[in-house]
Amino acid sequence: MKKSKILVATVFAAIIGLITIAADHIDAPATSGTNADITDFYAFQGENTRNLVFVANVQGLLSPSASATASFDENVLVEFNIDTNDDKVEDLVIQAIPRDGNMYFFGPFAPSSTGLNSNINEMATKNEVAITSYGTSATISESNGMKFFAGPRDDPFFMDFAQYGAILGGNASGFNNPGADTFAGSNVLSIVIEVPKSQIGGSGTINTWVTTNTKQ
Amino acid sequence: MKIYKIKYIAIAIFSLFIISCDNNDENTMTPVATDFSGTFSQKDQMGRPAVNTVFVSADSKDAFNVTIPSQQGAMFQSMFETNLTGLSPAYANAGDANALGLDAPSFTSLLATDVLNVSLDGTTTFFDGTNVLTGRALADDVITVELLLIFGGEDFSENPTLSDDHVSANDKEFLTSFPYLASPW
Repeated sequence: MKKSKILVATVFAAIIGLITIAADHIDAPATSGTNADITDFYAFQGENTRNLVFVANVQGLLSPSASATASFDENVLVEFNIDTNDDKVEDLVIQAIPRDGNMYFFGPFAPSSTGLNSNINEMATKNEVAITSYGTSATISESNGMKFFAGPRDDPFFMDFAQYGAILGGNASGFNNPGADTFAGSNVLSIVIEVPKSQIGGSGTINTWVTTNTKQ
Repeated sequence: MKIYKIKYIAIAIFSLFIISCDNNDENTMTPVATDFSGTFSQKDQMGRPAVNTVFVSADSKDAFNVTIPSQQGAMFQSMFETNLTGLSPAYANAGDANALGLDAPSFTSLLATDVLNVSLDGTTTFFDGTNVLTGRALADDVITVELLLIFGGEDFSENPTLSDDHVSANDKEFLTSFPYLASPW
């Protein structure tokens, strides 16, 4: 009795979680539907294999018409965290914040303190790129071996989320073949940074994660 | 009389013109510094895809987002294990493992610390059949990988109807060059 109750509760929680959508799209009540909602995070080797690329996407599930008016929030700081010694504490950060049509970037730099609160380090290496408007070609800036982009892009995430929800809801026994990409035709606001590996640890393995932080 | 009026109006307009020019000059000479001040408090965080969505119970999702990674394992591993064995009951059997050889406690220990591991030495992928957790590339079918690790058993053969969503690629092609993501719809 108790076991089945726990199972029901777990499945119910999973359904709630999945109905409110993966990968991290609208994952938690406090961020859901806000300008600080992270949808996805990527880190991969660049076209130039000496570089690493970081991608943070926010404000998911934008329709084309909503994408034309969507904008980054000047009160939301996006922080890329990099742990180079595997203690799960950030050794380097790259900060990104919009101001008046531009996205400003600080770092990578070693933060003077770690934890849940951040201040922008104006003494760190500073770069900027004009935020690309919807319907125009991508504006890219290059500086100090780094490349920067900010603006609306196609949501790169793909999944038959609707069918997964149906399975967990007991309304289907498995996935369809072929499945249907629930995220087809939707956009996100993306921040893309390409940085030389030499600036973020050189070689070996890093741990990395992205946070959004709202101005107090 | 008439001529004086025109003269005064002309002088008035001219002086206005000079004053406004002057103002413009002052504006361009002293630009306002961009304000980056203030304290920013963490609201959302993400390392690996779908971790909070799938493994964190509804009433803990906000708390997970404001727990720093170095404390996530201690605070959330047992909840992850409960939710994993709830989703995929085979994990509750002693000795059961996934294709990475991880049983429920070790798999959920890995997942509960929500950071993305990235190699700086070569291939970067969530899983490509050879490389495991060396990054996350745009084209990686991360959901199928996670379904296989949750439902697929030791050799990816268990629960075949649950371990692949049969969506293996994005709806737009990615670019080979920066910014890599496709243009918006």
